[in-house]
Amino acid sequence: MSESTVQQTPRRLRASLAPSDLIFRLVARGGGGLVLLITGGIGVFLAYQAKPTLQTYGWKFFTEQAWQPEANQIGVAAVLFGTVVIATIAIALSFPVALATALFITEWAPRGLKKTLVALVDLMVAVPSIVYGLWGFFLLQPWIIHLSRWITDFFGWIPIFRVDSDPDAAIFDGATYASSAFIAGVVVAMMVMPIACAVMREVFDQTPMGEREAALALGSTSWGVVRAVVLPFGRGGIIGGTMLGLGRALGETIAVVMIVSPLFEINWHVLQSGSITISSMIALRYGEASGSQLNALMAAGLVLFIITLIVNLIAGFVVSRSRSGAGTEI
Amino acid sequence: MTVTRPPELGTENPFLPPTDDVTPIEQAAPIPPEPERRRLRVVDVEDRACLAGSAAAGLSLTWVLYSRILPTEGTLGFIVCWWLSFTAFYLLITGLRRGRVVLADRFAVLLAHSAAGLIGIALASVIGYTLYRGLRALGHWNFFTSDLRTAGPLEPLSAGGALHALAGTLIQISMAIAVTLPLGVLCAVYLTEVGGQASKLVRSVVEAMTALPSIVAGLFAYVVLLIGLGMRLSGFVAAMAISVMMLPIIARSAEVVLRLVPSGLREASLALGATQWRTVWSVVLPTARPGLATALVLGTARGIGETSPVLLTAGFTTYLNLNPFSGPMVSLPLFTFKMSQSPEENYISRAFGAAALLLVLVLLLFAFSRWMASRGRSGTR
Repeated sequence: MSESTVQQTPRRLRASLAPSDLIFRLVARGGGGLVLLITGGIGVFLAYQAKPTLQTYGWKFFTEQAWQPEANQIGVAAVLFGTVVIATIAIALSFPVALATALFITEWAPRGLKKTLVALVDLMVAVPSIVYGLWGFFLLQPWIIHLSRWITDFFGWIPIFRVDSDPDAAIFDGATYASSAFIAGVVVAMMVMPIACAVMREVFDQTPMGEREAALALGSTSWGVVRAVVLPFGRGGIIGGTMLGLGRALGETIAVVMIVSPLFEINWHVLQSGSITISSMIALRYGEASGSQLNALMAAGLVLFIITLIVNLIAGFVVSRSRSGAGTEI
Repeated sequence: MTVTRPPELGTENPFLPPTDDVTPIEQAAPIPPEPERRRLRVVDVEDRACLAGSAAAGLSLTWVLYSRILPTEGTLGFIVCWWLSFTAFYLLITGLRRGRVVLADRFAVLLAHSAAGLIGIALASVIGYTLYRGLRALGHWNFFTSDLRTAGPLEPLSAGGALHALAGTLIQISMAIAVTLPLGVLCAVYLTEVGGQASKLVRSVVEAMTALPSIVAGLFAYVVLLIGLGMRLSGFVAAMAISVMMLPIIARSAEVVLRLVPSGLREASLALGATQWRTVWSVVLPTARPGLATALVLGTARGIGETSPVLLTAGFTTYLNLNPFSGPMVSLPLFTFKMSQSPEENYISRAFGAAALLLVLVLLLFAFSRWMASRGRSGTR
């Protein structure tokens, strides 16, 4: 019987926490629990408050366009449509610019300027939405209605660009073109662009140097590097950044309130005055609401929240699944 | 049969440099600390001339066609047409001189530069226009020293101001920070240091709640605190609405920062016999301090500029109210919003003044966060 046959059991590690650690863990758990309670509480509370409305109106809540609580007509079809249209315009306008700017910053900007440019984009994220709203209403709108008219003149045969006004009128009827979903979309695009650009830029920056150099060594131009290496590598960042921007665009309130004139019907003519989003409807209607009307607004808020939540979850999923960030070592 | 054969003695391999040029490693000169970068993109005189020529040609063509021949007018259209014709000329010349590959490259570079320029102009116009229009109101000292109780819509800018909004903003954001900073950091500490089964749930809920539209946060505070608990419109309720919006943002970014603390530092501290509490308090948090400050400042910049939660909860007043627990309390974004809804020119000027003030506050916070971040980077190893 030698010592080597002695059964070797791993020593049991028993750490007894110091009293200070017990308190620390308790407090930290408490903090985490409290945050969970507050943040999760909103979702649960919204769902709970929205329940009576959804029960009363059922599917009609999603198909009814009017929002007239006094006439017992409540539905989110028009507001949901407006929300999606404005967000779509914002993304369609901001995506190419965000992508090109992100590429400019990572690929072509002078080396000394890069830090400044990154800071400027981050600064644009931080500019309050009310400032964008003022800018859009007082500076952009008087300009851009001419662009709207131009688009209508030349592309009016496409149904969504049509505007119900006399194009040959002696006096330019600016009011028909003002306060439209298009203008709100442009302003929201200004807010969304830096968010998307910042995410894309961050991912492009992580492109493995070895792969870039490999492409260059094979004789590719700088655009070739972008097309063959940077864009495929950063695909997750491109999609994720755009989705994050979309989430922000869907929830934007104050700039939209300032620009669009509320119209509770599905308006396909994006260049024509009148649109509404869920968030701007809440901002406009909460004051006169009481009881069941507030519940209806909460239901609309819940719909908005669920949409932004899904968009953000997909964004996070895409970014984490992509190869971006897992650079190869060469 | 092998494709590549070792070169026979005496024959020269064209793919290898002549051997007598290779210096032995022992004799090699020490590598200079900063080897000279090879410049990959060389812009020669010809390229510059091509750019300048295209710009001039585009300008001339646009001037002739746009301003003289075609029935078109407007500055914006002129610039757009100039850009289009410039691009066309530039691509044409490049295509004639070089091949398709270079053409695609130049086109992409041109597009990227144009997009960045567009954004630069847009940002400059947003900031410049707000400050420019704001100067009319900001130029009067009373804008900072008096409230709006005596100044009606027709009152000149030399009477009344936005002191009440400025004070309201500072009070509300301070209260929001007082609530969100400890809670957010505590939550982040829980997520990174304590962990456990429930932390996954907390993390996903916090992450999900960063998607919460700010207006819904405001509606939540409105329904719970004002309708449910019967509070009145006040600065406190507004601060709570801002907190609800800021809390997930700060908790999440604080967690990201804490996760970046090297675990070697934690282990070193624990190995020296420190308790976990000591480790967190004396090692983890001080290490992460610059990052936490940046997270806080950026969260603050977000919270200070949000109008929608405040719109529902703060109420509107023209009086200076320093007590957040009673009476409506207006803040800068809300003041801007309400003033901008007025048709009176002086009220709109006041709106721009308040917006410019808000913008300056955000710029200061932003510059501060940059400074913190750069200080942190140089300070930590």
